[in-house]
Amino acid sequence: MGLTDDDVREILRIIDESELDELSIETDGFSLHVRKGTGGAEPPSGLPLQAPEGTPARPASPTAPSDGLETIPSPMLGTFYRAEAPGAAPFVELGAHVGPDTTVCIIEVMKMMNSVPAGMSGVIAEIVPESGQLVEYGEPLFRVKPGR
Amino acid sequence: MRRVFIPNRGEIAVRIVNACHSLGLECVIGASEPDLQGMAAHLADRAVCIGPGPASESYLRDDLVVHAALSTRCDAIHPGYGFLAESPALADRAREHGVTFVGPPTRAMKLAGDKLAARAEAAHAGAPVLPGGEVATAHEARTLAGEIGYPLLVKAAGGGGGRGIKRVSGEDELDDLLSLARSEAAAAFGDSRLYLEKLIEAARHVEVQIAADEHGAVLHLGERDCSVQRRFQKVVEEAPAPDLPDATRARLRESAVAVAERIGYRNLGTAEFIIDARTGEPYFLEVNCRIQVEHPVTEAITYLDLVAMQLQIAAGRRMAIGQDDVSYHGHAVECRLNAEDPSHGYRPSPGTLNLFSVPERPGLRIDTHCQAGTTVPPYYDSLLAKLIGHGSDREHAIDTVLEALEDLDVDGVETNRTLLIGVMGHPDFRAGPVTTDWLERALR
Repeated sequence: MGLTDDDVREILRIIDESELDELSIETDGFSLHVRKGTGGAEPPSGLPLQAPEGTPARPASPTAPSDGLETIPSPMLGTFYRAEAPGAAPFVELGAHVGPDTTVCIIEVMKMMNSVPAGMSGVIAEIVPESGQLVEYGEPLFRVKPGR
Repeated sequence: MRRVFIPNRGEIAVRIVNACHSLGLECVIGASEPDLQGMAAHLADRAVCIGPGPASESYLRDDLVVHAALSTRCDAIHPGYGFLAESPALADRAREHGVTFVGPPTRAMKLAGDKLAARAEAAHAGAPVLPGGEVATAHEARTLAGEIGYPLLVKAAGGGGGRGIKRVSGEDELDDLLSLARSEAAAAFGDSRLYLEKLIEAARHVEVQIAADEHGAVLHLGERDCSVQRRFQKVVEEAPAPDLPDATRARLRESAVAVAERIGYRNLGTAEFIIDARTGEPYFLEVNCRIQVEHPVTEAITYLDLVAMQLQIAAGRRMAIGQDDVSYHGHAVECRLNAEDPSHGYRPSPGTLNLFSVPERPGLRIDTHCQAGTTVPPYYDSLLAKLIGHGSDREHAIDTVLEALEDLDVDGVETNRTLLIGVMGHPDFRAGPVTTDWLERALR
């Protein structure tokens, strides 16, 4: 079963409006775990990656469109990778709960790997670029349903 | 060569896009965030955002530039002027990854970038250089200064383009200025080497355009006079240099070609000289490894497209012309219209242009990236447009630019238009060549 981005947004909306505090969905090849309110379990950060000196500031105004989702923009031009290495598990999947320091992806610039923190708390609602794709400075990487 | 990456902005990016298209080449602009809305980004086949506004995080990052060029399948990089145009690091990085760098070999760039090495190479090539030399200690400096005589200049080997220069009026100032210059040079250029050079108080700035292909042909395309300057920055340029004796003109051209040959120069470049206005003697200053802001005045009188030549030479083509095919037609004058506030010491005046309308008339060329609605960001140089007048003689060329300046409509930012009109109409300038200190004196 494949969930579209709209499906995930819809699930998040339903949970948000419900009295549920926690929800797990598991199907073939897909699992979604959502916890409301509390911080939730974060994936381990502290990967052996170094942010280069002078990492540019995040673009000033992440778009906040009417659907209530926020954007994690690319902090630099480079190649977007969802995982640390080919074959490795992605840093985050749709539905993952992230905190400000959670590494969400890598941007590679001339073989220099730069880990990108989420910079906000919430649930990953959309992964915009394909892994291995060129992303420009400020280009949307993830859409996040904000929450603690 | 099929697709060219252009990590630059403003009028020169527009100029390179147009040259690419005239040669049937595709081009990709690497723009900073505020420049994504700019004219060059719109005209190019594609634009990618390489970073935020500050150049240190976008246009000055050779890693981002090469990554973007490779990812957009460009096989060449034309750096324009400024930013990384004379960066051996960018040239090396591009070439290591199989991308053609539109510019000279790295070795020539390094020799030209080291002003002391360039001086030595020029002297070896038989070009006239000013009395002077490197000084490692205060004692050496006093000895050499005694031979040269005062006033003199202390210059940084890593400087150039008017940067890293101090004027020493007498021996009592030498020690202090030398140690100040040394610490400034170490901080600004990462190179504390200094040299002394005789100061020519009344000098003209005259430069020779060089073109060299990958097959050993080295040509000159005549000279330009860029003596109208404010704080070492050129304001008005013209070609040919007016009132230059034939022997001096020949000496400049021969010297420029000899220096280019000696340092293995390829592609387009400029050899800069000063001419002692009192004696008429020329002296080599430096080699610039880039297309220059003022290249259109040479284009106007030679009927050549210098940016297209750069691309063709970089693609490995032989130059289609020999020295005897280079001919000169009439006179051309260029004015640099900058977003500057004359009432506050000509400081940059960023903002948004509500109105920008340039006249059209015979003999007038305008190179610009501006139109109504264009934003002039605070991060970069303040050049709005170059107005180039071409006529059968100097007077006609000056009048063409003067009328264009008067007819120009610009609103939203302050500009130096009044200054330019003043220069074009000034009896000193209209009478013939001026010296590099003239404009600041005339402004008082």
